[in-house]
Amino acid sequence: MSLSLILGTLAILTVIGFYLGRSRSLASVGGKPQRLHSRPHYYGYYLAIWCGVPAAIVFGLWMMVEPSVVTGLLIESLPADQRQLDEAQLGLLLNDIRNIAAGGIASREVGPELTQAAAHYNGLLQTSKLALLAVVASLGVAGITIARRLISPDLRARNFVEKVMMLVLVVCSTIAILTTIGIVLSLLFESIRFFQKVSPIDFLFGLEWSPQTALRKDQVGATGLFGAVPLLAGTVLISFIAMCVAAPIGLLAAIYMSEYAAPKVRAWVKPSLEVLAGIPTVVYGFFAALTVAPFLRGTGADFGLEISSESALAAGGVMGIMIIPFVSSLSDDVISAVPQALREGSYGLGATQSETIKRVVIPAALPGIVGSLLLAVSRAIGETMIVVMAAGLAAKLSANPFEAVTTVTVQIVTLLVGDQEFDSAKTLAAFALGLMLFCVTLVLNIIALTVVNKYREQYD
Amino acid sequence: MTSESLMDDAALQRERIRNKSELVRAGLKKRYAAERRFRLYGLIGTAIGLGFILLLFYTIGSNAIPAFTQTMLRLEIELPAEEIDPQGTKDPEVISNANFRKYTRNALRGHFPEVKSRRDKRKLAALLSPGAAFKLRETVLADPSLIGQRVTLMMPMSDDIDQLNKGVIDTAAADGSGRVSKKQIEWFQSLKERGLVETVFNTTLFTAGDSREPELAGIWGALVGSFFTMLITLLLSFPVAVASAVYLEEFAPKNKWTQLIEININNLAAVPSIVFGLLGLAVFLNFFGLPRSAPLVGGMVLALMTLPTIIIAGRAALKSVPPSIRDAARGLGASPLQVTMHHVLPLAMPGILTGAIIGMARAVGETAPLLMIGMVAFIVDIPGGVTDPATVMPVQIYLWSDAPERAFMERTSAAIAILLVFLIAMNALAVVLRNKFERKW
Repeated sequence: MSLSLILGTLAILTVIGFYLGRSRSLASVGGKPQRLHSRPHYYGYYLAIWCGVPAAIVFGLWMMVEPSVVTGLLIESLPADQRQLDEAQLGLLLNDIRNIAAGGIASREVGPELTQAAAHYNGLLQTSKLALLAVVASLGVAGITIARRLISPDLRARNFVEKVMMLVLVVCSTIAILTTIGIVLSLLFESIRFFQKVSPIDFLFGLEWSPQTALRKDQVGATGLFGAVPLLAGTVLISFIAMCVAAPIGLLAAIYMSEYAAPKVRAWVKPSLEVLAGIPTVVYGFFAALTVAPFLRGTGADFGLEISSESALAAGGVMGIMIIPFVSSLSDDVISAVPQALREGSYGLGATQSETIKRVVIPAALPGIVGSLLLAVSRAIGETMIVVMAAGLAAKLSANPFEAVTTVTVQIVTLLVGDQEFDSAKTLAAFALGLMLFCVTLVLNIIALTVVNKYREQYD
Repeated sequence: MTSESLMDDAALQRERIRNKSELVRAGLKKRYAAERRFRLYGLIGTAIGLGFILLLFYTIGSNAIPAFTQTMLRLEIELPAEEIDPQGTKDPEVISNANFRKYTRNALRGHFPEVKSRRDKRKLAALLSPGAAFKLRETVLADPSLIGQRVTLMMPMSDDIDQLNKGVIDTAAADGSGRVSKKQIEWFQSLKERGLVETVFNTTLFTAGDSREPELAGIWGALVGSFFTMLITLLLSFPVAVASAVYLEEFAPKNKWTQLIEININNLAAVPSIVFGLLGLAVFLNFFGLPRSAPLVGGMVLALMTLPTIIIAGRAALKSVPPSIRDAARGLGASPLQVTMHHVLPLAMPGILTGAIIGMARAVGETAPLLMIGMVAFIVDIPGGVTDPATVMPVQIYLWSDAPERAFMERTSAAIAILLVFLIAMNALAVVLRNKFERKW
């Protein structure tokens, strides 16, 4: 008995409800739709809503409570000595039973008791699904029968359907808010658990990052230090290098596109540059690690410089290429939005085009340009794959672009890929870093968006 | 003041102006040079940006090409009936237990009877891919009548030999210290001289799942995983985003609450993608207990990430529908919802679809949030549904790029090339859609 069968049954019932409702409404006025309050298909929707929505809500609630109820029943059916086990062991036992029930492998010897328990578990699940099918189907049928009686020529079916639709629209529009709340709550919740183990002062101002917690006292290299400063320094260094690449190239390209290029050229160049933003970051990471880093290392060796193969320069440089379009496209928009009158005034005073750009257009567009640069910085800070693939893992407090540094995002990935234990400071540290990342980028974004919007209004 | 001094003054003035204009003229050359320089800088900036794109495509493309071919060895293999299926039952279980590895090795050894020492024998066997034995088993299982006969099959050679054949490993420089020994090179050359080596189109790359052996690894598993993930993303994000855009643009009252939603959507579009991964890990996996590594969860996370993009594009498209359409529909007695659903939304649909395609294209290439929810596992099987463990194209690229074998680098580039082809196709579709259906009012 699969869930898709239950949902399929409900869908078929709903469709039947639609046609029943439509034909019923027509029948009630002897086939003359003009005597109905609403058009016939609204009566169809009316019936479909009464059939589908309550059943779907029950289905959702059932899915939420089913696991705990079934587990509770399973525990009750276990022998008394097993019921007395402490929580962790009981959890393990239940896990094994579930695995056996699903035909998988258990972590212990499978005795007859366990097989029986698994069979019982399967039976419980089966019963639950059957009951759910019965409940959903009967709710659907009940909805159809009751609502069908209500259909009369005077029933305001359209108003009802539209009210339900509006409700759906409102609910959908709040999902974006719920996402933000979800992000904030999940990050906060896990971060608070982290800060119960590690003090926030140590986290924010500690100069050493070594998240391996020692299992034995004499273990080497596992000090469990959570000082985020080296990570922040690494992030800042790589973002700075990225901006050193992206800001000049992006700005020059924006000025060229908006002031010099013919409209036809601009129509080609702008989307072409935006291709850079559309390329997956994992591709940039591969490019940085396999082409740029060895190239830089080789060139550095020619000049007697020792450049690490995971240097900040390679990761930052490639990241800079990636964010060129964030600078160029947005700056191009704001430069183009500077009113033509300002330029003409400047030409009238005898300034050349480049003088006009440097002394009139850029100062006028400056807030917008700053906004675009801030957005690019926020992109660079939050960028993950390039640094995961091309930057280092060891946290080092260094401002040398030829050395390997690590970033906040790299550490989040390394802490969370692989085994996760949600009671160790190591795993929870990733959420604290995530919270920090979220806050910093949020502030940058808010500033940038406010600046850009304010500026746009100024000339509108 | 006398008239003379007045004239003097005027002459002085003229003189000054002439001097000034001469000054200006003298400076003009410099200013024009500065003008040309500035213009050149702009051109150079643009050219560098465009140059990077070409460099990127060229690097990926030139690295990817070798991955599309595979070196094969024509091998005549003896299949002794008394060993494979002594009772002649043709039972698949009996057949699959036979030691097919032995037969492929024996067939290869047949070409080099002089090889005697254990070490050399092992090295000789290493010319063939471990996949050769699997291929033989598959062939025999598909046609048990082959048992007891000699079959000629094209067997994949190991990745190192493949690299050797493609000229990546320099035969002259190989001194036995690398991955390919001198003897192996000699054997390979001798096989090649006998005309047994062929280079064929690498179909494995397109039909197989992941593997530890480069010559057996393919992207089909990742492609299917990407398909399921994107399906979930589209099914979840598109309706919700359209509904949100319609509500915010057409019905929402202008108050604090809707303003909050607006700011929130704009900010959500700029939140780093890895944060969405953390959300997925904390909420979908830990709180709701959904399966790890499943396209279902990946799709849900990416849907939340794509949502703001589609909402913003959708609102822009709805905004561009002129009010006269709404007025006309209302004038004919349509209710507000009918105006939107029957008239405004269909007219805005091309714009919304363009935004959706662009959002989906971004989601297809997204890696970081999927690492958080465990889609980074080594998965050989092709996923059969949205709850099966799976990986997606960009994560596969990430996994392969970490592998030490040289042959995986080619395959990484090939996978990137294929991913880029998909992305270009999606974006081209968006452009076509925009050009074809966009209406200027």
